[in-house]
Amino acid sequence: MDTGRVTLAVFRKDLVAERRTKEVFTAVLLFGFTVSVAFTFAFEPTSAEARKITGGLLWLAFLFSAVLGLNRAFARETSNQCLQGLRLIPADLGGVYLGKLASNLLFLLLAELVLLPPFGVFFDLTLWARPGWLFLILLLGTWGLAALGTMFSAVSANTRMQELMLPLLLLPLTVPVLIAAIESTVILLEGRPMSEAALWIKLLTGFDIVFTLLCWLLFDYVIQE
Amino acid sequence: MNESARHRLSLALLVVALLLIVSAWYYAFQVAPTERTMGTIQRIFYLHLPAAFLSFLAFFVVFVGSVAYLTTRRMGWDWAAASAAEVGVVFCAAVLISGPLWAKPVWGIWWTWDARLTTTLILFLIYVAYLMLRLYVTDSERRARLAAVVGILGFVDVPLVYMANRWWRTQHPEPVIAGGEGSGLDPQMWWGVLWAFAGLLTFASLLFFQRYRMEAMRAELTQLARRLRR
Repeated sequence: MDTGRVTLAVFRKDLVAERRTKEVFTAVLLFGFTVSVAFTFAFEPTSAEARKITGGLLWLAFLFSAVLGLNRAFARETSNQCLQGLRLIPADLGGVYLGKLASNLLFLLLAELVLLPPFGVFFDLTLWARPGWLFLILLLGTWGLAALGTMFSAVSANTRMQELMLPLLLLPLTVPVLIAAIESTVILLEGRPMSEAALWIKLLTGFDIVFTLLCWLLFDYVIQE
Repeated sequence: MNESARHRLSLALLVVALLLIVSAWYYAFQVAPTERTMGTIQRIFYLHLPAAFLSFLAFFVVFVGSVAYLTTRRMGWDWAAASAAEVGVVFCAAVLISGPLWAKPVWGIWWTWDARLTTTLILFLIYVAYLMLRLYVTDSERRARLAAVVGILGFVDVPLVYMANRWWRTQHPEPVIAGGEGSGLDPQMWWGVLWAFAGLLTFASLLFFQRYRMEAMRAELTQLARRLRR
């Protein structure tokens, strides 16, 4: 069995599991919504100054809810010895990583797309002026979070701390993603020309490629017994 | 090397480190010229720069140890990575404390979210998380494996963190050492900083070897305990 088929099989398995339990999607969505509401108490949400920091708030809400959802990615595999089953796949285990990454990316993106309209209403934002760019930033930023998040989810599932380890590892390492995603979102929301965001888009793309490849190569070491 | 020889070696290292550090301090406070604009506070430089350089060196050793462990599976590499991470975190803390002390009188603020400051802080957080992870995995082989993966990912991340912050905002002076025209250190300052670096390097190596030895002893102890139980 080659990597592509393992990837696809794991991806499909996760879709089925998620369709039946809906635990990741619902939790991410509800938590993201609650956090966005909590943010509005920190300052006057529709003022002109608020416009400058909403890009940052949006990504912080995404990051926090992503941590919540990503924890489930491998925590769900620890019951009933599912992890053992995955280990026994007679093929490249990197495929397990890629499949998990794909399903996490899909769940997070869907949740974010549902979260955006209420966020836009709360903070009085014009989100949909350039939908193509918005989606590109969302995709690249979320991919960066998911690439390292999926990996660290597997790492923390193997520790005594379980859920507590993921944010400790993920937050400092995803600083470049956060900065780049926030900066390009602010440029988008303020209606400035997107050429100003070229550097940030490049940084995001580079980060995503480097860490997807690296995690794929190293995943064997995380999951083996 | 037997136990008593090892003991004598670390004692010798300690004496050399103390001599170097004390004389470097003397040099820094009495011999080195006072910086023209910053005044005497600039002398904190003789701790700040060598400590920063040493912590980066230590984190590089973590990376090398991590890669070597995953390729050879010899526990010694894991012990080296763990020891280097602890030494690196200590020196990184020294940088993060001495930096604001210097910045307050010169820049007028304790802290600024400049590229190098932010990167150093993030670096500190990454390796504290690395040490946390080590604490929460019981099985030594698994601990070594997971820590090595984090040691590699963390190191690769550092240049990206730096670039992101550099493009975002930066306040540090243009590089003084190996910078452009009109930059550069007074030769006497050079001597002071090299001297201080030699002292701290000796001290860091001592800490490193002691920590490494502790890891080795801990592994031996675990093995003996396991044999006893059998």
